[in-house]
Amino acid sequence: MKAILFALRSFGREIRSGEVLVLLAAVALAVGALTAVGFLTDRIGKAVARQANEVLAADLRLRSQEPIPDEWRQRAAEQGLRTAATLSFPSVVFHGEDSALTTVKAVSDSYPLRGAVRVADELFGEQREVAGIPGRGEIWADGALLARVDADIGDRLLVGDSELLITAVLTYRPDQSIGFASLAPSILVNIADIPATGLISEGSRVRYALLVAGADDAVAEFNAAMQNELPDSVRASNREESSERAYSAADRAQRFLSLTAVISVLLSAVAIAMSARRFALRRMDTVALMKSLGATQRFVITVSIVQLALLGLLGVVIGSVIGYVAEEGLALMLADLIASDLPDVGMMPVVLAGGSALVLLVGFALPSLIQLRNTPPLRVLRHDVMPPAPSRVLVVGVSLAAVAALLYRSVGDATMLAILLGGIVVIAALLYLVGRGLVAVMGRYRSGVGVAWRYGLANVARRGRASAVQVVAFGLGLTVLLLLTIVRTDLLEGWRATLEDDAPNHFMINIQPHERESVAGIFADAAIEPPDFVPLVRARMTAINGGSVKDREHPTPDGAWFVNREANLSFAGRLSSSNEILEGEWWPEDYSGPPLASIEEEVAMETGLGIGDRLTYEVAGREVEMTIASVRQVNWDSFQPNFFLMLSPGALDGMPTTYIASLRIEEEQQSVLVRLVRTHPSISVIDLDAILEQVRGIIEKATLAVQAVFIFTLAAGIAVLFAAVQSTIDERRFESAMLRALGARKVTVFSGVMAEFAALGVAAGVLASAGASALAAIIAVQLFELPYTFNPLLWIVGLAAGVIVVCTSGFLAARGAINAPPVDVLRAAG
Amino acid sequence: MANKSIDGAEVLSAHGISKQVSSPEGTLTILSGVSFTIDAGESVAVVGPSGAGKSTLLALLAGLDLPTSGHVVLNGSNLSELDEDGRARVRADSVGFVFQSFHLVPSLNALENVMLPLELAGVAAARQTSLDIIDEVGLGDRWSHYPSQLSGGEKQRVAIARAFAAQPAVLFADEPTGNLDSGTGGKIMQLMFELNRNSSTTLVLVTHDLKLAERCDRVLSLAAGELVSDRRGPA
Repeated sequence: MKAILFALRSFGREIRSGEVLVLLAAVALAVGALTAVGFLTDRIGKAVARQANEVLAADLRLRSQEPIPDEWRQRAAEQGLRTAATLSFPSVVFHGEDSALTTVKAVSDSYPLRGAVRVADELFGEQREVAGIPGRGEIWADGALLARVDADIGDRLLVGDSELLITAVLTYRPDQSIGFASLAPSILVNIADIPATGLISEGSRVRYALLVAGADDAVAEFNAAMQNELPDSVRASNREESSERAYSAADRAQRFLSLTAVISVLLSAVAIAMSARRFALRRMDTVALMKSLGATQRFVITVSIVQLALLGLLGVVIGSVIGYVAEEGLALMLADLIASDLPDVGMMPVVLAGGSALVLLVGFALPSLIQLRNTPPLRVLRHDVMPPAPSRVLVVGVSLAAVAALLYRSVGDATMLAILLGGIVVIAALLYLVGRGLVAVMGRYRSGVGVAWRYGLANVARRGRASAVQVVAFGLGLTVLLLLTIVRTDLLEGWRATLEDDAPNHFMINIQPHERESVAGIFADAAIEPPDFVPLVRARMTAINGGSVKDREHPTPDGAWFVNREANLSFAGRLSSSNEILEGEWWPEDYSGPPLASIEEEVAMETGLGIGDRLTYEVAGREVEMTIASVRQVNWDSFQPNFFLMLSPGALDGMPTTYIASLRIEEEQQSVLVRLVRTHPSISVIDLDAILEQVRGIIEKATLAVQAVFIFTLAAGIAVLFAAVQSTIDERRFESAMLRALGARKVTVFSGVMAEFAALGVAAGVLASAGASALAAIIAVQLFELPYTFNPLLWIVGLAAGVIVVCTSGFLAARGAINAPPVDVLRAAG
Repeated sequence: MANKSIDGAEVLSAHGISKQVSSPEGTLTILSGVSFTIDAGESVAVVGPSGAGKSTLLALLAGLDLPTSGHVVLNGSNLSELDEDGRARVRADSVGFVFQSFHLVPSLNALENVMLPLELAGVAAARQTSLDIIDEVGLGDRWSHYPSQLSGGEKQRVAIARAFAAQPAVLFADEPTGNLDSGTGGKIMQLMFELNRNSSTTLVLVTHDLKLAERCDRVLSLAAGELVSDRRGPA
């Protein structure tokens, strides 16, 4: 008890003395990183939990690209189930001259069967739940769409042939995507208004769905009965599966984000271990004194543990506040990207982060403090008497156990944990060796520099191990940030540069055969060269070499996906300029024999299909068999219409065909599109530039958020630096006093210390720039198949950031040592 | 003031204590076969040149370290038979210290430093007792100051107050004036002898200041680890 009181009493003073500030900061940073991520994932998790049960807006959904037979609806109704019909398709809507691609979601009266739609009465206004759906002639539109076309409530949007009145801002519908918002914001329309829009015709890309809800067993019975009758093209989803998928997606996001936080936590752990050692060392004299005055080992250890616990508690409080503020920032950055609005934060992340802080302190600080227990009381008389050092195996074991405990929550699986732990140990060892190498290289140059630099470089070399740890800790944070800023922009620009300047920037889909002439006419009138119209036929693969695709083992999951999906087929006599035959031969332009096919090389690999294989496709109830005659390479970046499977001319004659086309329309020619869509409302025009811009925006915001998490990593790196400097502060104070006593001017001593930090900064900068360049090259070449171009800016920024941040932090950490009056220092040391 | 020993009875005794340490040059004998007995209330100076083993003897007498052979009996307890915590309890109960370099806890103020041994020994009225004795050493108005805010002499006064607060049977002082100028040192010693007389504490003072030693009842002289003389002083 008296030990606890004593610990409490002296704690405030310990804090004020500043000795434990680095330790406190390290704990707060770890907690900050964990809670920032924790709060965010907790909120997303809650949103998912809230929404998971209503992701279908029903208990069962039957979805198809064909209209749902009314008979199914009747059967559900007969079994006492409630039903609703929905259909959705992409379309371009207009407000005056402004247009935007949108997802039109048309629903019947009883929608939604589960959950509720929420709307607001003004942009960014308070949202409320509504019963029912938009009335005839009305739409509820997503705020993002209204912003894009500069419209507001009370305005009318042109949807196909119809002008519909905007009566509310759509803020939430149960079956919207849970994670990232889709590229095309949606409008909710009364299904009865759809025929008048003229947007649906044969071959249109429409998804029809029948929603069913009711008592669990009745739904299950209906589902079971339907399973035997449903054609392949209809997909049934039930609530349980869908909510499970939603949960597992949220779970993956959570794990990824918490892993990014773990890097900061690991660096904080290094800072904690370093500053705890320093703290213990400083406390040794007091402990020896207390022991000489009669304190028992238990008293000593109780005091240490209570103070450590208090420190942990304070760290958790400060860290949680930092985490909360950071999370609010993160949520703000991601606001546009996350489709649903987020629930309020809960306290759970604080509890979890508190637990992690405890694990960190036990794993990294406690070993040093436990050592204090064994301080010999004789130290009051003989200062050189030290307690026996703790067993290295024990210290490493305890820290590894702590890291494992922290990671387990993010990984959640023992094998993955073992791999990750092994990876961390190997990478840490490699980085440490690189750090040592850099330090050693710099040490070599010290004979060729002035006195200040020589002194600085000598210090870096002398504290080789600590220097290497600082270089790595700081370099790591910097690497990630360089990667997320400069490299990201480079990659995006690099990809842009590979595109041809005159590459098409607009796609038109859903062009009916009879519309080709009038569409060409509209472009000709606007002095734009009419595009090539490429035929498109929707089909489904049924057999390969006579065997059902259902029984076939596909070599890869992507291959299985290709075989089972609704396919887009096309045919042509001439090979497109963006294609190149790799194997086999392209058919003659006037070919009229049995159907031949040319397959894209990657699909060929994924499906294991090759020349001579026979494929059977079903198109509108008829079967077509074709033989693969060639394998093609496709340049997708050309933005020309391209297909995985091209057929020979005549192979699809008489099948329902629509056309697609791509062309380049300059900014000033945009008005031709307005005319096109007004006169041909069922044609969807996709503005690639706008979509690319949106994708870029999403990437930017997402990386900004990840970057924010890595700011903690950088801060933890700085904490390591502080801890390292603090552990040498007595030495530095003495050296500085000695040098000044020997006649060195203060500015010389100062330059020496700064030279030391500059050298560390250069080393960290080299590590970070080299690391980021190497990773950039790997990402560019391996992942995106882009040529890697070296960017000198990466090195300039990396080195400058390294030197500036390390020098500033180092100066702040070491200035006390430089400024201490020599006479005081030397007297105290004597 | 009464302390925790009976005046005139034996309070501290060394029985043939030796201390050897191993060094790169082989085994080094720091103390060899030192024996003596100190009665309660005596003031004893231990003198000798540097390296004679004065501080080692002090450490062994106070149980901060154990002898290689022989044993020490402190206020009735054979220190060699106790473990570290046992010896700590004996110190909490019967021992006070004044060190050359003061050894105040920097994170505690003067009052808290004085209270520390009382609290360790579980004394009830620790605060009032401490305030009284701080007053006695002349720092009544500075009890709330931290060590960093005190001069060397003031620090040693706090240390003396701390040493006497628990009314120890034996007070060990290791070169208490070594870090003070002679004027301040004189005043500090004056204070210490005064308190020692008033509380009839046994004082064991390690010093190489012979004038200071002469003020004690008895002077033990060490040379090269051996006790070379044991004489009663004038007092």
